[in-house]
Amino acid sequence: MEVCGTHTYSFFRFGLRKLLHPYVNFISGPGCPVCITTDTYIKEALILAEDKKNIIVTFGDLLRVRTESGSLEEMRAKGTDIRMVYSPLDALLLAKSNKKRRIIFLSIGFETTAPLVATTIKQAQSEKINNYFILAGNRLIPPALKALCSDREIEIEGFICPGHVSAIIGMYPYREIVRRYRKGCVVCGFEPVDIVFSLYLLLLQIKNRKPRLENTYKRVVRPSGNREAQLILREVFFVDDASWRGLGMIKKSGLFLREKFSHFDARQFIKEHVEESCLLKGCRCAEVIKGKIKPYECFQFKKKCSPQNPLGPCMVSFEGACRIYFEYGEEFDKINHSFPES
Amino acid sequence: MCLAYPMKVVAIEKDYAFCETSGIRRKVGIQLISNLRVGDYVMVHAGFAIERLNKDAAEETLKVLEEYEDALRGSTAQQKTRKSFSKKDS
Repeated sequence: MEVCGTHTYSFFRFGLRKLLHPYVNFISGPGCPVCITTDTYIKEALILAEDKKNIIVTFGDLLRVRTESGSLEEMRAKGTDIRMVYSPLDALLLAKSNKKRRIIFLSIGFETTAPLVATTIKQAQSEKINNYFILAGNRLIPPALKALCSDREIEIEGFICPGHVSAIIGMYPYREIVRRYRKGCVVCGFEPVDIVFSLYLLLLQIKNRKPRLENTYKRVVRPSGNREAQLILREVFFVDDASWRGLGMIKKSGLFLREKFSHFDARQFIKEHVEESCLLKGCRCAEVIKGKIKPYECFQFKKKCSPQNPLGPCMVSFEGACRIYFEYGEEFDKINHSFPES
Repeated sequence: MCLAYPMKVVAIEKDYAFCETSGIRRKVGIQLISNLRVGDYVMVHAGFAIERLNKDAAEETLKVLEEYEDALRGSTAQQKTRKSFSKKDS
């Protein structure tokens, strides 16, 4: 399984998937932040967007994810102030220049992005910026991998681990996956050469039945990771159980603001109870995220669901499996999808 | 979303650094990295440096990336000339 959506993208873009078919069966993992964000989170964002005092600031992809109560993009079309940014830093700058309004940053993403948000919060604290808030929806990768390993319905033989998440957390969090669940883990960069080398190491591990923890992205990833980032993460956030689209509730997998920083939490403005909701009818994104089905096995794929009119988040995000299969998987549709036994 | 790109630090100003790569200049937050110096390479993700790079490795990576770009540009240029030739032929 390649955990990170950017890896899935590279596999397709550089033709690796086609080259290695049918000998290697790649399963796209849960490493696409937009895809695993729950409908409940988006509904909360929609409620916040309704208030004219608020400016919602987000990374682009999240806009188009549809829920029962609509999408942020629809809200924006109706004239709500929703803006797209490249960095959480831009959101902070916006807060400085719009003192009269509340700037609410939709903070999604994994360990790579969370320390950046933590930094902006600390900066807001020290500069006494009191109109900057976040809607915390950050998630952690290792607990999700453990949850996938414990699921008997999914057969995973090894993990291509996300390079930039590992740059922050280091190598040690993967040790449990190797020792307890006996799955090989190779931390991998994003160039085709990196990927081919990592695949070679992982396949060797699988062949010899000796799962190990290896790193082919040594130019960026240190075994202990980025300590400064880990410290600031721990200072601003605490870890608690959180729900993922497709994977459900996973223990100790979400980041939430500590009490000391709770005045930055945008959830204080949500008065009503937000009901948990399920996916839109016909959408099988949950199964795609889990790796149970491939995008083309979904009945809506390329029919009701396309990048122009996405039904589920996996078709929205550039890192979503469905979107990548849609854009690069054309030749792939024509070949026999069955994999040989053994 | 976990995309990051290697950039070279050209100037430092308190918590920020000006970084450069293939002619692009950007102001980058460096709060997450201690003792950064001008001339170092960093991985930049969403406006922040997330990790320092080994200098030799960074230069090598950038070289490879540039080669990709050249190759991609070369192949599209070739295709175009081929197309224009085939049009002339017909």
